[in-house]
Amino acid sequence: MASIEMRHIVKQYGDGFPAVNDVSLDIADGEFMILVGPSGCGKSTLLRMIVGLEDITSGDMIIGGVRVNDKAPRDRNLSMVFQNYALYPHMTVFENIAFPLRLAKTPDDEVRRRVNEAADVLELHEHLERKPANLSGGQRQRVAMGRAIVRQAEAFLFDEPLSNLDAKLRGQMRTEISRLQRRLGITTVYVTHDQTEAMTLGDRVCVLRKGKIQQVASPRELYEQPVNLFVAGFIGSPPMNFLPATLQGNRLETPFGHIDLDEKRAAAVKGRELLLVGIRPEYFEDASLVDEAKRPLGSMFRARVDVTEWLGDSQYAYIPYEAPEAITTQLRDLSRELDSEELRTQAIVSIDSTSRIREGREAEFWLDSRKVHVFDPTTGENLTRDAEAGAELTRMANQDRVDQVEDAKAGARTVGAA
Amino acid sequence: MSRRERTWWIVGGIVIVIYCLFPIAWIISLSFKPPPDIANGQFLPSSFSWENYQLILTGAASDLFLPALRNSFGICLIATFISCILSMFAAYAIARLDFPGKKLILSAALAVAIFPVISIVTPLFNLWRQIGLYDTWLGLIIPYLSLTLPISIWTMSAFFREIPWEMEQAAQVDGATTWQAFRKVIVPLAAPGVFTTAIIAFFIAWNDFAYGISLTSTSAARPVPAALGLFTGASQFVSPTGSIAAAAVIVTIPVVVLVLIFQRRIVAGLTNGAVKG
Repeated sequence: MASIEMRHIVKQYGDGFPAVNDVSLDIADGEFMILVGPSGCGKSTLLRMIVGLEDITSGDMIIGGVRVNDKAPRDRNLSMVFQNYALYPHMTVFENIAFPLRLAKTPDDEVRRRVNEAADVLELHEHLERKPANLSGGQRQRVAMGRAIVRQAEAFLFDEPLSNLDAKLRGQMRTEISRLQRRLGITTVYVTHDQTEAMTLGDRVCVLRKGKIQQVASPRELYEQPVNLFVAGFIGSPPMNFLPATLQGNRLETPFGHIDLDEKRAAAVKGRELLLVGIRPEYFEDASLVDEAKRPLGSMFRARVDVTEWLGDSQYAYIPYEAPEAITTQLRDLSRELDSEELRTQAIVSIDSTSRIREGREAEFWLDSRKVHVFDPTTGENLTRDAEAGAELTRMANQDRVDQVEDAKAGARTVGAA
Repeated sequence: MSRRERTWWIVGGIVIVIYCLFPIAWIISLSFKPPPDIANGQFLPSSFSWENYQLILTGAASDLFLPALRNSFGICLIATFISCILSMFAAYAIARLDFPGKKLILSAALAVAIFPVISIVTPLFNLWRQIGLYDTWLGLIIPYLSLTLPISIWTMSAFFREIPWEMEQAAQVDGATTWQAFRKVIVPLAAPGVFTTAIIAFFIAWNDFAYGISLTSTSAARPVPAALGLFTGASQFVSPTGSIAAAAVIVTIPVVVLVLIFQRRIVAGLTNGAVKG
């Protein structure tokens, strides 16, 4: 087990395009780090540079205190699970899992013992003599993980390991990976574009955009205190709504009425004219269902509902709004960059599932103005980010992790470590 | 498929099979005919005889045929083996690496493959005589390599390209050197490709006539196709049809056996289950 440090890592391809641009990231021993971002942001490239399958143009990659830039993959002692599993089809499941041990010239009885232990952890016992072709997707995934955990690697690297599974299995394997990582307490780097995986698995999440780190923080901090428009729009599903706003004193004028800002935030945005207000869907509510006591904390507005989606446990309403041309194009660019195609400016609003708001009618909504963020539309910077509150969230998450690793060390042992 | 459709498919299949196999059946039948029967225009021999086989295996023609058979086997197996090994490395490099001149190599290989053999036979004949390769095994193995290598490289690189690169990267991450990854992962996965290539290469060498007849003069290196052309009848008025037919049957046997043995291995699809399909 080891920590992974990256110092000003750059990856430039032959045509000079920087796929990864000046990334510095510290991954602590035993930490579960997620690399997330839209396609083409350089997250897989970064992972492949850690494992050594991709050359590093400049910068230092330090694993366990040793600079590994010039080491071959096999000398780095990392194990990796590939997106398509990359199982060896001509070997049985047993031999697939045993392959790293065989290469290391491990004695036969030792190989048998460790493969059996890995198979115990992953419940692969009845499949050990089968060939990968005869396994289901989830079983292949588990074999790939077995091959990773069978030796004492410094770290696990996962490259979108669940993207080939169907939704139900993905959920199961997600919790399985989380449990395994906690149990083994091994440093893990996990690449994904799925934000559910990013939010649920990671101790910390690193959001990348065009090869640059946007923010590295615990999932909670990313969600509540994003540094910029990109992170705010990327984290959260359905995504954060961005409304154009003009500042008048301490009051923001938006298409959905006005929002009063408190002193601190008003000071932060002072002196600007056009702003973007970021409001998460759950900050809205059907006004008729809001407690009298809560009402003064937010503002009320009336709007026509375009579409509603009732999902049983929750309900979403889509409210179209008008925005200035400049804002519209910018929001469209952003949504394109986030791998989605936003065709119209509309707010997605989460309302109580018992709400009887109807499509095509006007309805009254309540908006919790305490948690809204205000962004600079040109730079995308979050003007109202509370860095201290954010850091506190990440510190708490880190403490949880340390506790869990301690527990793991006291209780369970790594597979194969007798 | 309806019953009627199926009947038509079966009938059509039988017609095609008969059309393809009839000449072969005729040769087999010829090889069992005694000399007076040969020109009688009937499919079945009037009396079944081993005479032709006796002639080429133990009789007068055996001096010509048996060494030729030995030469053919030896030369073709060696040429196939070398060609497989060389083309395996070449194809691996072509499929995996990006190097300047890759296109050039592939098109040069193709150019060599379509180059008419007969046009280089004469210069080669002169050259071989001068450097002492004329009428030797090596003198045939080298030109056979030029025949088999291009097609081998092309088929093999197609197979290598089918193998996901992740396989090899996974092996490297698991602790394999490049050579170990190649030997333990890539080669077993490419086995169907290697067998296919080997069979194709063997057939090409086995069937060659132009080089065989021009670059040999004695039974030291003369291969079977060339030897068949030199068969003579019992007298100059008798054509050696029967013995040629018998020899043709014998040289077809190894080809058939090879295909039957490797038939299952040729079936690509070993990579099933390597990656999520």
